[in-house]
Amino acid sequence: MTGHNFLQIALYLVVLLALVKPLGAYMARIYQVQPAGFEQRLYRWCGVDAGQDMRWTQYAVALLVFNLLGLLVVYALQRCQAFLPFNPQHLPAISPDSAFNTAISFASNTNWQGYGGETTMSYFTQMLGLTVQNFLSAASGMAVLVALIRGFIRRNTDGIGNFWVDMTRSTVYILLPLSLLLAVLLVGQGVVQNFEPYQTVTLTETVSYEQPTQDASGKSVTETIKIQQQTLALGPAASQIAIKQLGTNGGGFFNVNSAHPFENPTPLSNFLEMLAILLIPASLCYTFGMMVGDTRQGWVILAAMTLIFTTLVFVDVSAEQSGNPLLQVDQLASESQAGGNMEGKETRFGIVNSALWAVATTAASNGSVNAMHDSFTPLGGLVPMWLMQLGEVIFGGVGSGLYGMIVFAIVAVFIAGLMIGRTPEYLGKKIEAFEMKMAAVIILVPPLMVLGGTALALMLEVGKVGVLNNGAHGFSEVLYAFSSAGNNNGSAFAGLSANTPFYNLMLGVAMLFSRYWLMIPVLAIAGSLANKKIVPVGAGTLPTHTPLFAVLLMITVLMVGALTFVPALALGPIVEHLQMTQQVQP
Amino acid sequence: MLNYFKPAAMLLLLLTLLTGVLYPLVVTAFAHTFYADKANGSLLYDAKRQAIGSALIGQSFTLPKYFWGRASATAPYPYNAGASSGSNLGATNPVLIDAVNTRVKILQAADPSNKTPVPVDLVTASGSGLDPHISVAAAEYQIKRVAKARNMDENKLRELVNAQTESRQWLVFGEPRVNVLQLNLALDAQQP
Repeated sequence: MTGHNFLQIALYLVVLLALVKPLGAYMARIYQVQPAGFEQRLYRWCGVDAGQDMRWTQYAVALLVFNLLGLLVVYALQRCQAFLPFNPQHLPAISPDSAFNTAISFASNTNWQGYGGETTMSYFTQMLGLTVQNFLSAASGMAVLVALIRGFIRRNTDGIGNFWVDMTRSTVYILLPLSLLLAVLLVGQGVVQNFEPYQTVTLTETVSYEQPTQDASGKSVTETIKIQQQTLALGPAASQIAIKQLGTNGGGFFNVNSAHPFENPTPLSNFLEMLAILLIPASLCYTFGMMVGDTRQGWVILAAMTLIFTTLVFVDVSAEQSGNPLLQVDQLASESQAGGNMEGKETRFGIVNSALWAVATTAASNGSVNAMHDSFTPLGGLVPMWLMQLGEVIFGGVGSGLYGMIVFAIVAVFIAGLMIGRTPEYLGKKIEAFEMKMAAVIILVPPLMVLGGTALALMLEVGKVGVLNNGAHGFSEVLYAFSSAGNNNGSAFAGLSANTPFYNLMLGVAMLFSRYWLMIPVLAIAGSLANKKIVPVGAGTLPTHTPLFAVLLMITVLMVGALTFVPALALGPIVEHLQMTQQVQP
Repeated sequence: MLNYFKPAAMLLLLLTLLTGVLYPLVVTAFAHTFYADKANGSLLYDAKRQAIGSALIGQSFTLPKYFWGRASATAPYPYNAGASSGSNLGATNPVLIDAVNTRVKILQAADPSNKTPVPVDLVTASGSGLDPHISVAAAEYQIKRVAKARNMDENKLRELVNAQTESRQWLVFGEPRVNVLQLNLALDAQQP
């Protein structure tokens, strides 16, 4: 760790936390003000009764119908892109399995990238399909969170709000203005934004490479090809990247995501994009506190998240900065080089910004990358993997991260209740059998998808052929993929060739289950809580706004995550780490 | 059930027009008004106004008279800006170790007199395969070779490298670095 590493991490945390209160308060206002004027007329025109207070089942059906329609549109656009406009590269239709995977991926806010953007998706598909779902899937997550919060605020009612209104307001008043601002700033740093065909430029030095081919008699030979031109992939990138970062989506415009110089050209653009990853998830904690009438409740959750996050940032930066002991090169950090494990990283970001991004993107369910996680050191790759496995609750996805964390808070008060022999309650609501059953479903579905999916993939030949690296690292690639899909993150150990029918299908199913089988039980909890009366605070009430509760919450999250995944992690990154140190001193 | 479909379809349509059409168009209009060069890829031109690269995208260099950039894992040839890619090789993968050792040997063969250890970024593949930069250490490592190939004074070359070195943005963000293509173009301009 160098002084500049510390400085960049500290600056990131300070700016992030300084923005929490203003943005959080703004969002709370958006969700509490009744629509009026033009907005109300717009709803009426769309057939929405904005005044309707939905029961949780109605809210869930509205959400599912809306997401299903969005999914079908993305699928259709990909399949028909060859016949649609804004396709200057004349890219053909996407295969059915890849289109299925991508449609689920973007509708479920996972944004797993099974495809290479610049070689497969037309500008039309990127804009009307992917960019749109970047907004709407994020807004869906925020809507579910607001519904859950209403469950705590309201009493003796069936209603938890109106999905159409919550979703629309999240998109129009929160995500859209922030994206506009970020997109404009990114263009100023050099992110491309145009509808041109790919640009051809003349190279300074001719590149020659060898390609296997067959000669006239059918024998395999290699021919040398010389090229004097470079083709630069372009497109309307800035507008998509802004929402990709803000909506914890993460599906990149280009294949290598934010490692691409056109997607993330400067250290400043990197800082802004990284800030955007955690901005809304962190600020929503304050929104939560304001809406339940006690901002301390929000700060406690934010403190628990930030503590785990910061600790893991230091672990990851240290692991990457210590470099790869198997390489006989100069990896020492100095004023003239970042040093450390630079394979798969960009010079302008160095070690600290690559590792900080890796932790932020997997803490939040963003999944964008600015360095190749597959080439991280074993321990440097373990941290992002484990953060996803914790259930995407350390900041987590917009909305989904906080509702996941609130479920963990419910579990935490339940555990505390068992210890002191009282009926557990949280924010004035009794936590009873129904809430605990739903919380159990929410906590158990993702591990089932992750561990079950990994086991199945490794038992089948179709699952094993996609692995790039041998041995323990190959296992990590598969485990990482299912951790990512099974927690709606979307980042990848990209060595795994996941654009095959098997992985497209398996990961698609994992994404689908772990998105909606969490959302539906969360809404069920919201409905059940809204129906209860509010219990006054008594002598036996566990205060949930104290540092003690923050610790209890952290322990709950870490215990569940550690107990479920340590055996699997031991087979992958931990074994690989031991192998690496063994090879140095056999 | 049907009364869910109308709002869903209508809102999807409206929000698609707003976020999928209007929003990108507004950003594009803004970009082309204020940052036309950047929005189109920060292209570099020669004296004849022919595009010869982008300030943000690296190119492959192997001749001794040029500074070399990071290794690139794009297929089928390095620095293919139409298909970005990293190597995705794990830290313990023998393929990675061999590749790095080979690159070290090539660098040492190009300048046997240079006995200093090779800076890591010069022999590892970048994440995008298009990294336009190398570290200051990686540029320094190559000064001797380039100076010899061009019959140039080492210190004069070092001055040119220093002039092309970008410091940390706002003195805080990122790492100090040298843009390889721009450095080589500056070299060619001085001494074709």
